[in-house]
Amino acid sequence: MKAFLLKSKFEVIALQGIPAPVAGVETATAPLPLVIEMEHAARGTNLDVTVPAERVVDAAKILDDAKFMIEAITGVDWLADRQLEVVYDFTHAASGERVTVRTRISRDQPKLPTISHIYGGANWHERETHDFFGIIFTGHPQLIPLLLPEDARFHPLRKDFTA
Amino acid sequence: MSIEAQSILNETFVLNLGPQHPATHGVLRVKLTMDGEYIMDADPVIGYGHRMHEKMGENRSYAKFLPNTGRMDYIAALFNGHGYVGAVERLAGITVPERAEYIRVITSELNRISSHLLWLGAFLVDLGGFTPLLYCFDDREQILDLLESVTGSRLTFCYYRFGGVSSDIDENFAAGTRTFISRLRSRMPMYDGFVTKNIIFRKRVEGIGPISAEVCRKYGATGPVIRGSGVAYDVRKSEPYSVYPKFNFDIPVYHECDSMARYKVRIEEMVQSMRIIEQALDTLPLGPVMAEKVPRTLKPAKGDCYYNVESARGSFGVRLVSDGSENAYRLKLRSPCFSNMSLFRECSAGMLLPDALALMGSLDLVIPDMDR
Repeated sequence: MKAFLLKSKFEVIALQGIPAPVAGVETATAPLPLVIEMEHAARGTNLDVTVPAERVVDAAKILDDAKFMIEAITGVDWLADRQLEVVYDFTHAASGERVTVRTRISRDQPKLPTISHIYGGANWHERETHDFFGIIFTGHPQLIPLLLPEDARFHPLRKDFTA
Repeated sequence: MSIEAQSILNETFVLNLGPQHPATHGVLRVKLTMDGEYIMDADPVIGYGHRMHEKMGENRSYAKFLPNTGRMDYIAALFNGHGYVGAVERLAGITVPERAEYIRVITSELNRISSHLLWLGAFLVDLGGFTPLLYCFDDREQILDLLESVTGSRLTFCYYRFGGVSSDIDENFAAGTRTFISRLRSRMPMYDGFVTKNIIFRKRVEGIGPISAEVCRKYGATGPVIRGSGVAYDVRKSEPYSVYPKFNFDIPVYHECDSMARYKVRIEEMVQSMRIIEQALDTLPLGPVMAEKVPRTLKPAKGDCYYNVESARGSFGVRLVSDGSENAYRLKLRSPCFSNMSLFRECSAGMLLPDALALMGSLDLVIPDMDR
């Protein structure tokens, strides 16, 4: 399986995040490229995909069909943008190729659909991301603290967290 | 506990395994719902050893985080260091001298052997055989002496630097390593005799604890776990890093998917590691062990990257996000034990409790690595 073969599939779902142009309204900036092929040696990934939050399940399905293995799920807090980024890493065991799927959600309404019904391993990774960033994975079967104490009400990897 | 679990028709009880239990090798707790001796559900409760290494990676400079890497997977500490310096080097564009890469491979592979020896001893203690542990520790001690002579520590190594290694190896280390390899080679038939061919051991592991390749893929299980399930996935081959492409070695794969397969993979891996070390010592180039012009305060360019290495337990990955300052903006540490343990709930359902403990032992868990 070559990661670039998935490019067109990802482009379909990635583009759906861009609102359709409204007649008479000029959009100021050109849309950013959403599916980028890269050199593995430079960034450690072969395909970098940005999808809208509601399409992460579809992205996971594409990768599951292509027999990719889940590597990790994590977050990044972009405090200045008032956004949280969630990064999914996948590997293909036979070819060693890697696909990174990203999505950004609002910091005030951090909700994202779970992919734990597709990848069982996502269960723990999502719980960890919930612990650290307070992202709510809707549909998750057991979204309780995993690494933090069971009564934890704080999210230590948020940039405005103070101990 | 639910009402259903207490009903007379469905007589189950809840058993708390750990957090202080010899079979869990650290503070791991598993909440078991049992039907007699059979496990209905096993819910691991982890995080007792959680120290938030990822936050520590954000609030100190890159170099100051280096000692932390030795305190996650402390049994195979060099791999964590390798993954971390690899990620920083990739983002900062530092080229490592060839001699330093060779030394990294030699020391990493020695660390892999020492880790597998410790696992072998501890695994057999789990299964009730005490003697092999003493032999394993005897062999492991030799490696620790060798690594101490070059890194300065015996367990929580902090040896790799951005752009190389902290000190060069000498003739004594090379000679000592060769002596150790011939010694361990001569002892492999002994291990084979009293472990691999031991009927009591084989009854405990053959056909026990099956983990299919599909489960490994869905849970991201790597290392000896996935290779014991018939998938030849090894980061050293699939995403070659350092100077591994220069050496001839095989990836041991077994298709039985049971605890025995995972045992055999690790034994075979020690043999392969010895092959790599010998080749590296034979072809060790001369030259510096540190890159020139690595700035004292490192400020990698804005951006992010991923770097993963084949640790003794599987794929150890580092995702690094830099904002151009002297601290990392985000440091994600992908631990192999975390993913390997996450499949335990699915795979242990319906198993006998002693067999599930054999399965857990065959996963080779290091709790501080899992909890980070």
